Amino acid sequence: MSTGILTGRKLGLVLCEACRLLSRPIDIDEPGHCPRCGNELSLRRKNAIQRTWALILAAAICYIPANILPVLNTITTVSTDDDTIIDGVILLYKTGSWPLALIVLIASVVIPLAKLFALSYLLLSVQHRTAVGRHERVRLYRLVEIVGRWSMLDVFVDTFTVALIQLQPLMSVKPGPGVIFFAAVVVLTMIAAQTFDPRLIWDAGEDKEGPDD
Amino acid sequence: MSSLPQNLLACSECDMLQSIPAIPPGGAARCPRCGHTLAVDKPDSLERTLSLTVAAAIVFLVANLSPLMGLSAVGRQVSTTILGGAQEMWLQGNEITAVLVAFCTVIAPAIHIGFMLTVLLVVRRPPAPSWVGMLLRWLEWQYPWAMIEVMMLGILVALIKIAELASVIAGIGMYGVGILMILFAAMKVSFDPREVWTRIRWANGEAPATVASAESGLSMETGP
Repeated sequence: MSTGILTGRKLGLVLCEACRLLSRPIDIDEPGHCPRCGNELSLRRKNAIQRTWALILAAAICYIPANILPVLNTITTVSTDDDTIIDGVILLYKTGSWPLALIVLIASVVIPLAKLFALSYLLLSVQHRTAVGRHERVRLYRLVEIVGRWSMLDVFVDTFTVALIQLQPLMSVKPGPGVIFFAAVVVLTMIAAQTFDPRLIWDAGEDKEGPDD
Repeated sequence: MSSLPQNLLACSECDMLQSIPAIPPGGAARCPRCGHTLAVDKPDSLERTLSLTVAAAIVFLVANLSPLMGLSAVGRQVSTTILGGAQEMWLQGNEITAVLVAFCTVIAPAIHIGFMLTVLLVVRRPPAPSWVGMLLRWLEWQYPWAMIEVMMLGILVALIKIAELASVIAGIGMYGVGILMILFAAMKVSFDPREVWTRIRWANGEAPATVASAESGLSMETGP
């Protein structure tokens, strides 16, 4: 498997991303709509690189307030307490449930950051038309796609904590301003993973096709 | 547009052209270049998915109408449902988060179940009208946003966190979410969108020919 690989792009065939029908449009640059499902056709996801970069940048900006601002605000008769995401992890660890602390740490802190780096790396490698390590990069992309939604975990934890701890005036919990930024990071990186086109990883190597490992 | 061979396909992840061979029972076809799963043999896909979806619809109602969990402390009782959580978020001034939570935990799963039921019932008598294809497109697009399993883990973490402060009671809704999570996974595994697409009238009106050729294509695949 080296130089001889035929792709839709080489033969002027477009795959519909919605219904997976392969069709041969009259003009490959303006393929129009899928004859079967009517979805708009395009050889590659439109402006994938620019859009993904824009979403990653927006997510990276939101990542900072998401981690600095409190996500929960606990009010008791004697005190008010602001907790950031990390405070929540530390609290879980201190109360003895370190496996849960680890899960929340990975889902809320590690995964969003890792996604930002992974998508940036994929974009840079595509822009530099890197041909090596394509299999590894495709695996990385699939991982980003699958794992991303688990970051929503902390938003759900905060929601149900707020919903239950309403024992005014003894103790009540309010959501902090960090939640919305954190949710924005998760949503933006999820959309970023969907706007990136994994086929670009393979396109990059095709012009100077080396051994396809 | 000229017609192309029935089984010719471009891999959706690397664009390599290939034809899908007849898949043995329980087998799957993977792209030789990037390893992406192109097709999986799913016996009796539509019937199985339909029964799972009906079950999911019932469990969904139970999970949403019963209390998720309750808390008792200092002689007081508080309990919440799934939407109650989102509602409290809204009342506390975090409206956008509330909408997002409601969408991922209730609205998207509800749409998923509703569209799935519609699609599966309508395609029982092919050719199905082309709007079914629109539902199917929406189903695929919104699938990652229906976060039943993430919510389940979120509920458990919240439960353990709160258990430090007061005694918490797991409600029927929580067991409902657990079962719903399993049903959603089973629906995903059993559903074969490829089979549905062969039963839908084409957007450009090429209906009867499609059904005929799709059926002959299928019989060719399964034949010796």
